[in-house]
Amino acid sequence: MKKLLSNALISAAILTPAIFSPVSAADEVKIGFVTTLTTGGASIGQDQEKAVNLALKHIDNTMGGKQVNLIMADDGFKPEVGKQATDKLVKQDDVDFVAGYIWSHVLLASRKSVLDAGKFLITANAGPSPVAGKLCHENFFSTSWQNDQTPMAMGETLNQKGVKSLYVMAPNYAAGKDMVAGVERTFKGEIVGKDMTKWGKDAQLDFSAELAKAKASGAEGIFVFYPGKAGPAFIKQYQQAGLRDILPLYTVFTVDSLSLPKLQAGGMEGVLGSVSTQHWGPDLDNAANKKFVDDFRKDYGSYPSFYAAQAYDSILLIKSAVDAVNGDLSDKDGMRAAMEKASFASVRGEFTYGNNHMPIQDFYSRTVVADEDGNWTTHIDKVVLDDHQDVYAADCKL
Amino acid sequence: MEASLLLIQLLNGLQLGILLFLLSAGLTLTFGIMDFVNLAHGSLYMLGAFICASLTQLTGSFALAALLAVPLTALCGLLIEMVVIRQLYSRNHLDHVLATFGLILCLDTIAEIVWSPAGIAIALPDILNGQLEVLPGVVVPVFRLLIIAVGLLAAAGLYLLVNHTKLGMLIRAGASNRTMVGALGVDIKTLFSGVFAIGAALAGLAGLLVAPIAEASIGMGNEIIITAFVVIIIGGIGSMKGAFIAALLIGLIDTLGRSYLDDIFKLIMSNEAAETAAPAISAMLIYLMMAVILAIRPQGLFPASSR
Repeated sequence: MKKLLSNALISAAILTPAIFSPVSAADEVKIGFVTTLTTGGASIGQDQEKAVNLALKHIDNTMGGKQVNLIMADDGFKPEVGKQATDKLVKQDDVDFVAGYIWSHVLLASRKSVLDAGKFLITANAGPSPVAGKLCHENFFSTSWQNDQTPMAMGETLNQKGVKSLYVMAPNYAAGKDMVAGVERTFKGEIVGKDMTKWGKDAQLDFSAELAKAKASGAEGIFVFYPGKAGPAFIKQYQQAGLRDILPLYTVFTVDSLSLPKLQAGGMEGVLGSVSTQHWGPDLDNAANKKFVDDFRKDYGSYPSFYAAQAYDSILLIKSAVDAVNGDLSDKDGMRAAMEKASFASVRGEFTYGNNHMPIQDFYSRTVVADEDGNWTTHIDKVVLDDHQDVYAADCKL
Repeated sequence: MEASLLLIQLLNGLQLGILLFLLSAGLTLTFGIMDFVNLAHGSLYMLGAFICASLTQLTGSFALAALLAVPLTALCGLLIEMVVIRQLYSRNHLDHVLATFGLILCLDTIAEIVWSPAGIAIALPDILNGQLEVLPGVVVPVFRLLIIAVGLLAAAGLYLLVNHTKLGMLIRAGASNRTMVGALGVDIKTLFSGVFAIGAALAGLAGLLVAPIAEASIGMGNEIIITAFVVIIIGGIGSMKGAFIAALLIGLIDTLGRSYLDDIFKLIMSNEAAETAAPAISAMLIYLMMAVILAIRPQGLFPASSR
C-alpha cells in the first residue's frame, strides 16, 4: 500500500509539469523580461516592451532554429515585487534567460535568484557598482553601462567646454550619489554648490529653493540627474525661474525620448540646447540603429528611448548566444563564450565586453534639437570617452 | 545679495505653505467635522491636476481649464462621498483607513487607464512662464506669485465662509460637537456632503496649481498627503486657522532648511559631513518640529474648541 502510494506520488510529480506546460521546454527558447509595467515608471517599461517586441519581429521570433517564448513580468517599481517576479520566472516558468531590470535596487534584490539557479542574467539598464565589481558573475551580462560612466563623460564634456564652476543637483539615493561621484571624478573645475534632494515615496518635486541658491551661486553651469518624472518637473522650474540664459543645463538620464515629447507639449523651450551624455542616441549612425529607430518610429510613432535601445540589444545578445550553439540550451559554456564576444549588431555600434561582462564602449555628448519635422530629440555632437571601461572592473575576479 | 536671496526663499516657503494649506484645509474639515480619516484626499488633488491638464489640452487655455477643473473635482468628490464614504461614517478609524487606502488604489488605477501612466505636462501661457522683479535683485517666477495670490484668495474666501455664513456656523458647530448639531435638527448628511465637496474643490485647486510646476502624474497625491497630515496635526485637528498657520510654518521651515542647513552645518563640522548630514536632516525637519510641538501641546497649536 505504502509503495503504491509513493509510486502514485512519483508519477504525479513526473506528469504535473507536462500538464501545466503545453509546449515542452526543449523546442523553444524561454526568455523572462522583468521591467516596470505599472506605477509611474510604467512608461519606461512599456518603451522597453515595445523594443523587445520589435527585436523579436526583426529576428522572426526565432533563435538557433527554435521559437522564442517571451514572458514579460512587472516589478511594480519595488525590489521585493521584482524579486518575486524573478523567482516565478526562474522556478515556475523555468526560463533560460532573465533580462530587463530598469532599477539598480530591483536588480540587486533579484540577481541571486537567477544566478544561483544557473541561468543567464542580462541587465538592460541598471548598472550599480557592485555587479560590475565584487559581485560580478560569469553568467551576468549588461547591455547598458555602469552607473558612474555617463556622468564621468559629462565631467569630461564640461572640461572640454571650458566650464570652470558648476552647481550640482541630484536625488539623495544610491544612484544619485553615484552620478555626483562620477562627475566629480572627471570634472576639473570647482563645484560651488551641491544639493541632494529628498527621494523615494514622497520625493521632492518642487525645487524653488535649490534653484534660487544655484542662481545666487554664480556658477557657470548646472549639472543634474533627475530620472523619471522628476526630470520634466526640474526642467520646467528651471525655465520658469528664467535660468536658461544664466545657467546652462547639463544632464544625465534626465532628458530622453520619454521626457522630451512631454516637455515639448508643455512648451518648455528651456531644454533646447541643453547638453547630456549617453552611450547611444537615436541619430547614432550605423545600420543596426537606423533599422531599429526607423522601424520603432514607424510602429509606435515616437523616438525610442535609451531604455528601449538597451532592451532591443538584450534580445539580440541572447540570439547571438543561442545561434552560436545551434539551439542547444544545455551548452552554457558555449553560450557564455558567444556572448563574451559581443558579436551581434548592436544599435550602439561595435563594442567589447570587459572581464566583468560590462560593455567597453564610447560615450557621446548630445544636444537637444528639433528634428526636420519639429519633434524634439537629441543630436550627437562627438565622442567624449573612447572605448571607456568602468572603474570597478578591477575589483572583479573573473 | 544675501538679503535678496533670503527674501526669495521666504517667498518660496510661503508658496509651498499655501499649497499645503489648500490641501490640508479639506483634510482638517473632514477629519474635524465628520471624524473621518480620508487617506484618499490626495487622490482628489491628483484628479484636479489631471482634469485641468486634459482641459488645457482640449481648450488651449490654462485659465479656462483651471476654472472648470475646480467644480469638476468638487463633483468627483461629491460622487465619491455618496458612493463610498457615506457608508463608512459609522465605522471606526481603522475601517476608514483601510477603505480609503483601497480607494487610493482604485483611483490611481482609474487615472492610469484614463490618462496613461506617463503623466501630462500643462502648457502655460508665456506670461505665466516669465519672471517678475518684485524688488531690486528679487526676481521670482510669475507662476509662483500666482500660486501665492490664488492661495491667499482661497484662504480669505474660506475664512469668510467659515466665520461669517450660516454654513460656516454649522461647520464650526460640527467641529465642536457633531452629535449636538444632529440633535438640533440639522441635516448632517447634506452638511457632510457639502463639506466633503468643498474639501475636494480645494484639493483640486492645489493639484492644478502644482501640475504646471511638476506635472499631473499617477500617485502624486500620495506623496504629499503625509505632509498634509503633519499640517493638520500640528495645527490642531478641525481648526482652519491652525491648518493655515501650520501650513505656512511647515512651508517656511522646509524651504529654509533646504536652503541654509548645509551652510549652517558647515560652520560646525567638516564640509563632507555637512554635505551628507544636511539633506538627511532637512528631510526630517518637519517631523522633528511635529514631535516637539506634540510634546508641548499634544492637542496641536489651535485645537477646535471643546473637543
